[in-house]
Amino acid sequence: MSTILPPAAGGSAAPNDPAIDSGRGTGLWRDAFLRLRRNPAAIAGAVIIGVFLLVAILAPLLAPYGGNDLPGRTSITPTTIPGPGELDGFPLGLDRFGGDVLSKLIWGAQASLLIGVISTALGLAGGMLLGVLAGGLGGWVDNVIMRFVDILLSVPNLLLAVSIAAVLGQNAYAIMIAIGVSQVPIFARLLRSSMLSQRGADYILAAQTLGLSRRTITMSHPLPNSMGPVIVQAPLPLATAVIDAAALSFLGLGGGLPQTAEWGRMLTYAQSELAIAPQLAFLPGACIAITALGFTLLGESLREALDPKTRRK
Amino acid sequence: MLRVIGKRIALLIPTLFGLSILLFLWVRSLPGGPATALLGEKATPEAVARVNELYGFDRPLPVQYLTYMGRLLRGDFGVSINTGRPVLEEFATRFPATMELTIVALIFAIGIGIPLGYLAARHYGRILDHGSVVLSLIGITVPVFFLAFILKYLFAIQWSLLPPDGRQNPRIDATHYTQFYVLDGVLTGEYDAAWDALQHLILPGIALGTIPLAIIVRITRASVLEVQNADYVRTARAKGLMERTIRGSFILRNAMLPVVTTIGLQLGLLISGAVLTETVFAFNGIGRFLRDAIFGLDYPVLQGFIIFIAILYALINLIVDLSYSVIDPRVRVQ
Repeated sequence: MSTILPPAAGGSAAPNDPAIDSGRGTGLWRDAFLRLRRNPAAIAGAVIIGVFLLVAILAPLLAPYGGNDLPGRTSITPTTIPGPGELDGFPLGLDRFGGDVLSKLIWGAQASLLIGVISTALGLAGGMLLGVLAGGLGGWVDNVIMRFVDILLSVPNLLLAVSIAAVLGQNAYAIMIAIGVSQVPIFARLLRSSMLSQRGADYILAAQTLGLSRRTITMSHPLPNSMGPVIVQAPLPLATAVIDAAALSFLGLGGGLPQTAEWGRMLTYAQSELAIAPQLAFLPGACIAITALGFTLLGESLREALDPKTRRK
Repeated sequence: MLRVIGKRIALLIPTLFGLSILLFLWVRSLPGGPATALLGEKATPEAVARVNELYGFDRPLPVQYLTYMGRLLRGDFGVSINTGRPVLEEFATRFPATMELTIVALIFAIGIGIPLGYLAARHYGRILDHGSVVLSLIGITVPVFFLAFILKYLFAIQWSLLPPDGRQNPRIDATHYTQFYVLDGVLTGEYDAAWDALQHLILPGIALGTIPLAIIVRITRASVLEVQNADYVRTARAKGLMERTIRGSFILRNAMLPVVTTIGLQLGLLISGAVLTETVFAFNGIGRFLRDAIFGLDYPVLQGFIIFIAILYALINLIVDLSYSVIDPRVRVQ
């Protein structure tokens, strides 16, 4: 990670840097970290994400049953679905198919995290590539790329994702790629504007004076300096990715078996049971909301901590 | 003013042109091609060949694109695969429903969002402020469809206060001229029908309006916070202007610019939200129609809708930009 930190900010606090009054000379990143540690919202977000991560990683150990297993198939009837605490061995009850709700929530955490992280990573990679080309080359390349990004932005996110998923077929990979592509515009714009803002910087002028090629200059100065600020934006799109993934599988684009352990999917089938088993909708819904809350809290605190405007307060 | 509008519409052309190429390529890259999408996966090769010939899918791509573009320019968006009716006609009958829903959602979001955001900023750091921050955080992180479930369960199933689904009670014999059910009821004097249609709009309207509400609260709060310490506000105070005038004409008016932009940007969110909300509340609008289109791979509908939305998006952005000059006369000068 250290290679992407902006060298300009590290350890070279200017005499009038407000961070200095804490008594020790701190750089932007260290200062941000210290501020994060004091921010209760950031701690809450980190704890939520930490728990969620642990559950997702330890799912095989924590979950009493497999994600697609139907251990309680014989205990459900068309009019009754055992709720939380009503049946021994199934602390959160059963769903319409006879699956163990607790196990499905745990496996669902893994599915959501995988989709969220992979799709955001794809969006980040794609957006960075477009952003570097646009910001680095400028001219007509910049124009063409930004018009393309405009077109992507003119289609609502969910519809864009749905259209892509329609081409790729109904499966989890399609959802990841679809959400990833719908996030490309955000990252592309961020990286481009961050690179453009350095255009007149002294160190670029110095590099030009040394006669370095444009590629070398772009790769060694504006790009590394811009990547950090763009990457720290990732937690917020992660929250959107978790919600969008749930929305897409809620609409039925995930493919696979109907009883697949996925939060959005669980909500699809909870729809018809709302009157007799509302917990089937509330539990996975709460999981989605809490996870998104964790990423949002962490993401916003991070952004606030790194924003020079709020740093001065 | 006219020149600005003309310039903006001219700028829209390359975007729409690019979009039409993308959509054209999108349909051609559907699994099995457009013929399979039309006929279903079990179609015989002969039938596929016949459809390809009939629709010209076997001709070179540039020729196909020109034909397609020509039809689009004449306003022909094709025929829905699911219903067999022209896409434009399908939109015309369903759009009023979604429009009604969106208006209720926006009234809810703006009507509560701006006052709440303003009050939060005025009471910065106090309970009301913290409450509004928490509320807007919840609004952003709770998925629309989950919120729709909660509302439906509590208000329709548990307490039976409001209808759980549909647009109007089927037992009401209402006349529909405009397809805006509430408006129809008022125009024909069937007030019970209008009231019933309005009741059907409340729960989906709140579900759809919550995310925009949360965003409007945040932007209004941030914007008022920034403006209320501005030099001109201090000057106005020093001049001894009435506090009411200062708040209305100086703080609120200047704080509105980013808020108006944000409201304009909510369109995409509202459309995506409508697909989900209308699904949960079995509300027969564009959103639900799109959902069926997604599953039937009804590509003429999806294609037509995306172009329609892109134009609508551009128009709304134009209206937002023009409204700046009303709110802030300085913009007019430039």
